[in-house]
Amino acid sequence: MLELKNIYFKRDNKTILNDINLKIEDNKCIIITGPNGSGKSTLAKIIMGIEKPDSGKIIYDSKDITNLSLDERAKLGISFAFQQPIKFKGITVEKLLNLASKNSLNKKEINELLLKVGLDPKEYLNREVNDKLSGGELKRIELASVIAKDSKLIIYDEPEAGIDLWSFKSLINLFLDNKLNKKETAIIISHQQRLFKIADQIILLEKGTIKSMDSICCPNKNCCLENIYE
Amino acid sequence: MNKDDLKLLKSITGKDSLDGAYNIRKNGTSIERKITENTNIVTKEDNSGIDIYVKDNASFEFIYIPVIITESGLMDVVYNDFHIGENSNVYILAGCGIKHNDKNKSEHDGIHRFYIGENSKVTYIENHYGEGDHLNSKILNPTTEITLGKNSKMDMDTTQIKGVDKSIRKTYATLNDNSTLTITEKIMTEKNQSAKTLFETSLNGNNSNCHIVSRSFATEKSKQEFRSKIMGNNKCYAHVECDAIIKDNGIVSAIPEITAKHVDANLIHEATIGKIAGEQLTKLMSLGLSKKEAEKEIIEGFLQ
Repeated sequence: MLELKNIYFKRDNKTILNDINLKIEDNKCIIITGPNGSGKSTLAKIIMGIEKPDSGKIIYDSKDITNLSLDERAKLGISFAFQQPIKFKGITVEKLLNLASKNSLNKKEINELLLKVGLDPKEYLNREVNDKLSGGELKRIELASVIAKDSKLIIYDEPEAGIDLWSFKSLINLFLDNKLNKKETAIIISHQQRLFKIADQIILLEKGTIKSMDSICCPNKNCCLENIYE
Repeated sequence: MNKDDLKLLKSITGKDSLDGAYNIRKNGTSIERKITENTNIVTKEDNSGIDIYVKDNASFEFIYIPVIITESGLMDVVYNDFHIGENSNVYILAGCGIKHNDKNKSEHDGIHRFYIGENSKVTYIENHYGEGDHLNSKILNPTTEITLGKNSKMDMDTTQIKGVDKSIRKTYATLNDNSTLTITEKIMTEKNQSAKTLFETSLNGNNSNCHIVSRSFATEKSKQEFRSKIMGNNKCYAHVECDAIIKDNGIVSAIPEITAKHVDANLIHEATIGKIAGEQLTKLMSLGLSKKEAEKEIIEGFLQ
């Protein structure tokens, strides 16, 4: 279980996160949504350890991880899919997936993983993860790298960014597959209402504060959200 | 050659045995040579080096010209001239490995001149390696001169990863009609090593093309300097890219120069120098690598 206690984060005299308190149970799919500038990405980065909160605590599996570094949290099974995938020079798709999986996947498994994200292994395995790939290709490779890693909690920062309309359905299938088969906890930062349907819980963040925490059982779960997206 | 010599040789060639024509030079003397049906190797009359002759229409010739230096206080200057016939496809691997543990410096200045016949293709790999505890004691100054005949192609790949204290690498090329030259250079320096590179290319031929990519990493107190001069004298295309990463007190200077003397000369130069991209470190650390492991993977990939 992940618990955030009294998280505050301020930058350039502006409050980005204001006393965030949150509990996320294992094996759930949680969507965190809200207007631009609400603090969603910052919250995601604070959970991963890319940013440090000014105050507050982060408890994961009963352990205080507030002062653990990014790679220490990664080793505990926390993973992060970047909104803007990172480009390298000289690192191939195969190399990146081997680094992510700590070389635990064989060639067949790597090929299956690439097919799962909609990429032909014959074409992409030896390609460099660089600026010659399109945004969509880079996004798929980013998702593959996160799936390749041994994870108990995955944070997806706007996974729909860069994915075209026709590929969105396969993205949803990817999340559903992970939810049903891999028993990971997923925290998805998203604006996409089509993703809300697969969530166990939707958290609305507005101006750095949690406005509502809606479970899937609520029949009017979209009503307060519709106001944000008008 | 003893066991250490063979290990040093392998550091340049990457092979346990050489499958093709070869000439092995050790401490200033040619010690072993093999010729083939299409490749002949002849010692120059003044003993300043060798001439390598590849016949016309030779397909898939492999030639190895490694130099090893295991003595200190040695000044070795050698001229190797490659005469490549027409319509041939040749793979040449050359380089110098210096290993000694003496403060007296050893220096190897190898001058390789390529005369490439029409329609031929040459792949030229040059590896330089140095090992030994004393600073300023291992010096390599390779010079390469290339004349590309009509419709010919040369891919040149040079690597120098650590070990070499000082190097000045000069490459001069003249391109005729429809010829293409591609050069990839990878350099890593550390401690107080220095590496200088100069590329001068004259694109004289119609539709001649030149692509130069230099990737380098300078760390600790080392220094690197990259200079390239491209002369576009005809309808031609050239792209020069210098990409460097610096760390600690490493210094890199990149001075690309392009001159167009023809209205259809299309010349591009780019230079980027900076520290390891923070976002790349963040991505790899988010996969569970420590900062040090992440840096190592990024540099290895960059210099591959």
